[in-house]
Order: sequence, then structure tokens, then C-alpha cells
Amino acid sequence: MGLSLVEKLWARHCVADLGDGTDLLYIDRVLLHERTGSMALKGLKEQGRAVRHPDRAFVCMDHIVDTLPGRSDTTIMPGGTAFIHETRAAAAEAGIRVFDIGDDRQGIVHVVSPEQGIALPGATLVCPDSHTCTQGGLGTLAWGIGSTEAAHALATQTLVVKRPKTMRVRFDGALPPGVGAKDMILHLIAAHGAGGGSGYAIELAGSAVSALSVEARMTLCNMAVEFAAWTGLVAPDAKTIDWVKGRPFAPKGDLWDAAIADWQGLVSDADAVFDKEIRIDCAAIAPTITWGTSPQHAVPLTGHVPDPDTAADATAAQARRRALDYMGLKAGDALVGLPIDGAFIGSCTNSRLSDLRAAAAVLKGRKVAAGIRAICVPGSMQVKAAAEAEGLHLVFQAAGFEWRESGCSMCFFAGGEHFGKGQRVVTSTNRNFENRQGPGTRSHLASPVTVAASAIAGHIADPRSFLGEG
Amino acid sequence: MQKFTRLTGIAAPLFRANVDTDAIIPSREMKKVSKEGLGEGMFADWRYSDVANRVENPDFILNWPCFRKAPILLAGPNFGCGSSREHAVWALQDYGIRCVIAPSFGAIFQGNCVRNGILPLVLPEPSVAALAQAATPQLLTVDLAAQSVRVPDGTELPFTIAPADKEMLLEGLDAIGVTLKRLPAIRDFEGSYRARNPWLFF
Ligand code: SF4
Repeated sequence: MGLSLVEKLWARHCVADLGDGTDLLYIDRVLLHERTGSMALKGLKEQGRAVRHPDRAFVCMDHIVDTLPGRSDTTIMPGGTAFIHETRAAAAEAGIRVFDIGDDRQGIVHVVSPEQGIALPGATLVCPDSHTCTQGGLGTLAWGIGSTEAAHALATQTLVVKRPKTMRVRFDGALPPGVGAKDMILHLIAAHGAGGGSGYAIELAGSAVSALSVEARMTLCNMAVEFAAWTGLVAPDAKTIDWVKGRPFAPKGDLWDAAIADWQGLVSDADAVFDKEIRIDCAAIAPTITWGTSPQHAVPLTGHVPDPDTAADATAAQARRRALDYMGLKAGDALVGLPIDGAFIGSCTNSRLSDLRAAAAVLKGRKVAAGIRAICVPGSMQVKAAAEAEGLHLVFQAAGFEWRESGCSMCFFAGGEHFGKGQRVVTSTNRNFENRQGPGTRSHLASPVTVAASAIAGHIADPRSFLGEG
Repeated sequence: MQKFTRLTGIAAPLFRANVDTDAIIPSREMKKVSKEGLGEGMFADWRYSDVANRVENPDFILNWPCFRKAPILLAGPNFGCGSSREHAVWALQDYGIRCVIAPSFGAIFQGNCVRNGILPLVLPEPSVAALAQAATPQLLTVDLAAQSVRVPDGTELPFTIAPADKEMLLEGLDAIGVTLKRLPAIRDFEGSYRARNPWLFF
């Protein structure tokens, strides 16, 4: 019997079998940010323990830093400066590199790491952040952990991990126009539930995944955690190798040749057996948007808010009722045409150059509707610079979008900026939880093109009516 | 780490699906680089009708006098999904919750519980639902060594837990200390691993 990609990566990182399905795994890269990484570094220091390989750990300042032009260590989030200062000092003391405010490599950790060549195909990578699975888009075995686990990884370069079950999700067929990776993953979660991937490492495969750009594969993997998966990943291919080549921390020269020779073998064997397989026909995927407060509360954009009474069970029905109440909606409401107050393009889900290009194609020559607060936050300062080199910032600004410095920004609310109570926001982020983007804020998750189209229309709008014109 | 062996206490029902860690501890309640005092912010958006002034919402279950000091939470499926923030566990711990019983957990949250002396206990959904919907507050006895939950009518509900997690909780182990005992094996592995994958090293 052949092996799946996850099983191959597992085997090559296994330091010791600890029994009962648990292994000690070798960790190639540890990433940290000022929100939770600070706690990992503090924990180690309190225990008097050292970081074993500081050269393979990296800190990004992304969660708490402001994203307004002219930013400094002072933050809109109350008390944020202390997080920044403590993280910076602890990293310096441990000898860990920091992509700090003012550094032209600064940005959201899951955008920066692939972009800098820190995440590599076949490597293991952890970060005390649930969206670490984003980096699976490169074929990295990357997963989110807690701060205590991060301290363990820093001190030992290993983690004790339970072997996950394996799942393959095959997306086959051609994606209809206006449909992208964000719609694919929302469609999957809507069909199989926010708990559908629980206990699994998921390989995302199939002809439609092969056809995606590397950046889009990261969007797909980003929301594996919203599917409750342990992680998600895509087997590396020629596109991945091209994408990684020449990045600052990627191998060079002979080491590069050795690396790409190794990466060729990083595929699931033809006769690999998965604990579960799901097949999705991409022709059936429409632009998708959430109506409620769980990523599973997603429907085709042209659809309607479902009736709680049609939910699978009483618990799901109750959750739908709560969601309707929070979102200010009722069963049967159409999504298209629902007036919005805000539009947000950013986050580790959809803030890479290809996302900004796609949104800009919709925005070009158009204006955001009156009264809509529209914000674009590039995922990294590198993305921002690349976008500006193409003039994308001018398109966003001319349309009426704010054009920000990079960071997590209003993807989540930490006491700083927010859209406000009851405000309805179409957002390219990954979580529509209650209060995620601010107390009482109503978030509708969608692709960057749907966000752009909605910003122009002033209500939830179908991006397909904006494509190919303008 | 605080050990978990046996616990008898009232179980507070919070049987909702997909309760995420943002709900358990909202980001703005994580005010310092510290674990201290997070209990006050636990479930802040549900627990307070006016969060800023800490005005309690009398309808929220943990504000009912009978459940205020409950050390056990009866939760819905996929409890603790979402953000990896360990602050969610530190908040529960600071508040006094020692055991969460649910049909399933978010994976990172479940790991975080075990590393902080909180037992994430999995029971089938109908059992949790029945306990949560009981007309009176349920006094439960959770015995980790025996892997059973005794409910008020005397029934023992068995549960399974990964042996490594069980040991960690029963012994209150320091996970880093345990792994560091394997340092020679890690060093051996590193040597051959580096020879095979030199491109992963700087
Ligand atoms: S962009 Fe949002 S989801 Fe991504 S790491 Fe930052 S806060 Fe988390």
C-alpha cells in the first residue's frame, strides 16, 4: 500500500514513536507573533530555558501594530505598545530575527513566511496561530499550536503530536468565471460543516487545485482550520518550485538543486489510502458568501438565508437562530441586495498580490458607493510595494478605498479599530464569529472580487456582473 | 502544571455548537503579556450586558447563582474552535473551570487544555445534551484514572482519552522537561536529518 503525502512528511520528521499513535516530530521552522508568541518567549524565560535553534525561528509584528500610515509602536489598541516592546526585547534576547515595524518585509506572519522562503515544501512549520495551515499551500506541513506548545518547539525543536487521520478533498472540473479559491473552501465547509475536518490532515487535490496559482492554494489551505482540520496542504509541483525560487531564505545553488530533487517526490502515491475522501465538482461552485456567524453558514451568493428549521439537528437549528438574531436577518432573505456599511480586503486569507489584482480589476474606473467604509490592507509590505509598482494603490484609492500599511488590522478586534455595532461588512477574511471584527459587527465572508463588487454597489453584489467590463 | 485526578462539582450547561475561542476570551480582554486575571474577561460578550462597565447579563448561564462556581462546563460540538489563543484556556482556568465536557473540541484548544491541567472530556453528543438539558443542576464526579463520569442517578459514563494526555494530566507533567530527557535521541536524529535535507538548514 502506498503512502499519502502527509504520511511521507510525517515519517521523515519522526524522531521517536511515543506509543498510542503519538510521535515526537522534528520541527523545521517556528514562527511567532506579538500576540501569542510573546507568551511563548515569556514562558521559556520564566523557566530559564533557551531557544535551541534561534536561526530557525522568526517573529512577525502583525496582530497588534497599527496599519495607518506613519505608524509607530504606539497603537490604537489599548496596551498594544507593551506587547510590541516585550516581544521585541524577548526576541532580541533569544537571538530570534524580527520582521518589525519599519522593516520592508513586515506583514502578516502567514503571508511573510512563504514570501520570504521561510516556509518550504516538505518542511514542518508551527506557529501559535490557528491559520498557520495557510502555509500548507506550498506543501509545507504547517499547523497552529498554543503558546505552551510553541515554547516546547523553541526549546526542543520538536513537538509531541498525535497522528491525524488522513483525508483527501479532490476538486475536479473547471471553476466557473468569478469563482475562486475562497468560494471553493466556503463551499466545502458549507457542505460538510465547520466540524467536518475534525481530526484530519487534509490534502487538497484534484485538477482544479493543480490549476490554482500558489497564492490561491494558500487561500484554500488558510481555511482548513475553519473546517476544524488539523491542517491542510497541497502537494508541491512545478508552479510551487517556480514560486519559491530565489526567495530570500530559500536554499540557493547546490542546496536548491538538492531541494527541488527532493520535492519532486512529495506527492501521494497512486495507491495511497485515505481515511476519508471527498469529491467536489467545481462546475457546481458559485460565488459563495456567509450569512451567519459560523463559516458553515455559507450559501451561493444568489441564494437566500436558510430556515433554521431545515438544519440537520436541534443544535444546528439553535445556532442558526442565534446567528439570524446577531446578523439582523431572517430566513428567506436574499443575500444579493442586502445593504452594507463596510468592505474589507485583507487578512492572511486574501491579501496577496493576486487578490489585490483581482479586486482592482473590479474597482478600476468605478467608485465605492456613498457611505461605505472601504479598506484595503495588503498582507505584507512586500505585497504593498509590488502592488504599488503596478499602480494598484491608485485604483483602490481612486475608487474610495483606504490603502493601508500591512498587518492583521480589522480582520479581528482587539480593542482598537472596528466597524461598529450592527454594521454590516463584506470581508475577505476567514472568521464571521460574533464580535470578531468588533462588538456587534456583522461580517459576511466572501472573495476579494465579491467584496469589491459589493463596495461599489453599496449592497451585497455578484462579482460576475462586474467582470469583463469597466 | 496543576494535576487533574478526580473532580466533583456542578456542571454548567453551555450547549451551543461551534463556540469559538474569540467567544471564550475576546481579543480585547487579552490586555497584557500575561495569563493573570483573564477569568474576568471569560465569555465577556455574553456574560456582561455592558462589557466596559462589567454589568452582568442575568440571563447568561454562568451568572445564575447555582452555576456561578461551577468547575465543569457542558459544551456543544466543536467547542474551542477558531483562534489558537491559549488565553481561552487560561481564562477558563482563572475563572475556576477544571473540566469541559463536549462531543468534540477544536484541536488546538484541546491540546492547550491538556497542557494547562484542564480536562477536555469527550462524551457522545446525546449524553452531553441530556446532561445539559436536565431540569436541575447536575452534580458530576469525573474520575480521570478510571475514565468515567458519575452522573446524579448513579450511572457511570465511560470516556476515552489519549494515553499521553491522560498521563500528562494525572501527573501534572512539565512537557518540555519530559522531552528534554530525549535530547540525545533528538541530537542523533538531527545529525542524520541534516545530512539528508541540508537545504532546510541555514
Ligand atoms: S490576518 Fe486575521 S486570521 Fe490571519 S493571522 Fe491575522 S488576525 Fe489571524
